Amino acid sequence: MDTKLIVSTSPHIHSDFSTRNIMLTVIYALIPAGIMGVYFLGLRSLAVIAACIIACVASEWAWQKINNRKSTINDLSAVVTGLLLAYNLPPTIPLWMAVCGSVFAVIVVKQFYGGIGCNIVNPALAARAMMLISWPTAMTTWTLNGISGATPLATMKAGAITGIPSFWHLLTGNMGGCIGETSSILLILGGAYLVWEDVIPARIPLTYIFTTAILAALFGHGGNTFPVFEMLTGGLLLGAIFMATDYTTSPMSETGQYIYAVGCGLLTALIRTWGGYPEGVSYSILIMNVAVPLIDRYTSPRVFGAPKNNFFRRTGAKS
Amino acid sequence: MNLPTFLGGVHPPEGKELTENKAVEVLRPEDSREFVYPMALHIGAPCSPIVAKGDEVLAGQKIADTDAFVSAPKYSAVSGKVKAIEPRMVFTGAMELSVVIESDGKYTPAPTLHDILGHKPQPSEYVKMIREAGLVGLGGACFPTHVKLSPPKGKVIKHVIVNAAECEPFLTCDNRLMIDSPDEIIKGLEYVLEIFPEAEGVIAIESNKPEAIKIMTEHNKNPKIKVMPLKVKYPQGAEKMLIWSVTGQEVPTVPALPADVGCIVLNTRTTWQIWLAIEKGLPVTERIVTVTGDAVKEPKNLRVPLGLSVRELVNACGGFVEEPVKVISGGPMMGIAMRSLDVPVVKGTSGILALTKNSAYITEESACIRCGKCVEVCPMHLEPTYLDHAVRRRDYDDFEAHGGMNCIECGSCAYTCPASRHLVQSYKDGKAAVNAKRRKAGGK
Repeated sequence: MDTKLIVSTSPHIHSDFSTRNIMLTVIYALIPAGIMGVYFLGLRSLAVIAACIIACVASEWAWQKINNRKSTINDLSAVVTGLLLAYNLPPTIPLWMAVCGSVFAVIVVKQFYGGIGCNIVNPALAARAMMLISWPTAMTTWTLNGISGATPLATMKAGAITGIPSFWHLLTGNMGGCIGETSSILLILGGAYLVWEDVIPARIPLTYIFTTAILAALFGHGGNTFPVFEMLTGGLLLGAIFMATDYTTSPMSETGQYIYAVGCGLLTALIRTWGGYPEGVSYSILIMNVAVPLIDRYTSPRVFGAPKNNFFRRTGAKS
Repeated sequence: MNLPTFLGGVHPPEGKELTENKAVEVLRPEDSREFVYPMALHIGAPCSPIVAKGDEVLAGQKIADTDAFVSAPKYSAVSGKVKAIEPRMVFTGAMELSVVIESDGKYTPAPTLHDILGHKPQPSEYVKMIREAGLVGLGGACFPTHVKLSPPKGKVIKHVIVNAAECEPFLTCDNRLMIDSPDEIIKGLEYVLEIFPEAEGVIAIESNKPEAIKIMTEHNKNPKIKVMPLKVKYPQGAEKMLIWSVTGQEVPTVPALPADVGCIVLNTRTTWQIWLAIEKGLPVTERIVTVTGDAVKEPKNLRVPLGLSVRELVNACGGFVEEPVKVISGGPMMGIAMRSLDVPVVKGTSGILALTKNSAYITEESACIRCGKCVEVCPMHLEPTYLDHAVRRRDYDDFEAHGGMNCIECGSCAYTCPASRHLVQSYKDGKAAVNAKRRKAGGK
């Protein structure tokens, strides 16, 4: 035998799980809701989606080129960021704003902190928050079939019940809102696909959504509308399924994930009921993102064979 | 079917179909050739040669021993002449002092251990006999068996578990042994139960070996022994996971031992060798090796004398269909990649796995995306990604504080990791660094 053998540490086989495969699965899961968004909200949405994806990938490529780093655009995480950001924008947003948001998401939120896996908050959400502060009018102008109108949540906030779309429209997405957030049924299907493919744990979205619904009902939000409306409106489904489950900015242990999801739900219900905004999903997730290191620290699993006496095994202190 | 198992773990492709239905073939070269016996390669103190260059040796003659408790003697599998005592390469890639024997191809037997003892051993002499036979854990870790069978005073052994899980993909040598010689394994376990009268015997087999489960159950007539099928999941055969699955007890964190929860775990082949040592007075001079992988022309289970070159095993399987890029001693999850085929078969060589570039997993690592899959699959419930970070920033105290020393290096995390992080490499580094630090502190 002339060829040299490769010597490396075990294991010598690997599952077919890779960062790229995971991102690809997320993209597949997001596509149906996007198609529905384009169908109801108009072709303009497609331009926004394209602008965001191109801007995200291009800024990641450029940043790594300038800094002489190995390009990571092949892992498709920038595509996911672009897609998620676009889904969180109204279809009428000027494209240059969408591009600004994308550059902010990738460069400031992701690359400044060290790139994939190192950001402390979800890039798409942070960009949306930045845009909401910078261009409040453009970010909250909703049109459906060419007519401007309030989103269902804004209607609820105003105390009216008559303006709320029918249950069927809530499910399919025939209502005002961001590009990707309106089609509840397709978002749920996408989420089910991700759970089926073992990409996300079901516990985060389920806990988040039900916590929000139950608490909002308890708080008497929206004149005690049926809690199901609470679940299907606004960005809750998009946020709970696709944003709160972002690996980098969510806890790793099971207990931690429950705490995090309940925290997201509580904050969303609080903001929706008493906050200044009609919608609270973005800020809730961003706040809980920042709490993740703390949650992780207090919820490390008990090492197999370690004493069972305390619920929080370690407090991060060195033994 | 709700079979006993543990929390965590992975399901790698089994690869056992290549060899699981192939009866063991005997490979016993009758011509003159070199047999190499390294002095180390088990956990504990290395042996010293007790033969000299030019000495005539017989098959089954002791050629190396030591006074250290945690060690086991070495025997020649062949008769012939000591050609050299010099460093030779072993499967780890290291050069180890070895006794090299030029065989005469006759396998002239040496006096058995019974002949030396003068009678068949009594139960009180079993442990001594097992040590004398050079028995170590034949699953691959090579921990001297007599040490396991000498638990600290005050520990009552309740369970003697025969580890027939064989959870490592591709390997089928234990499976074949159970099918071919169930009575000997049961008898071996009965001998161990004679040492520990309060214990019950359990033969734990993963349910992907239905034939072995059936045969073992049929042949078991002893009410103190039960055959227990286990769920198929890697690493079911890891000692701590096995004890949990069988008895529902957690072995406390390191440095606790299975004996602390009243358990002793023995490999299938080890149990068979215990039978051979006590019944026939014969030491460990042979083993069954699964030679497999997609690079091997005709994968086989071979019974070979120890000390034979791995290259001979590959040749006996028709050589390679394609040049392998990786040849592994052991299985794909925990085995050690070898530098060369010109190394001897030793007690722990459970398999030779040759992988082509299509099946060997060679990928550059990328950044951790904190997906938490490693935390999910870790059977020891560690947080592999934190341990990895700790080691990479050389913070070995943090590694230790996060329980890193409990890592069993099963590779479940690295198998799952979407970023292909070299996690096990980090833990090996971390554990070695902590051990070195402890030795230094102890030496002061």
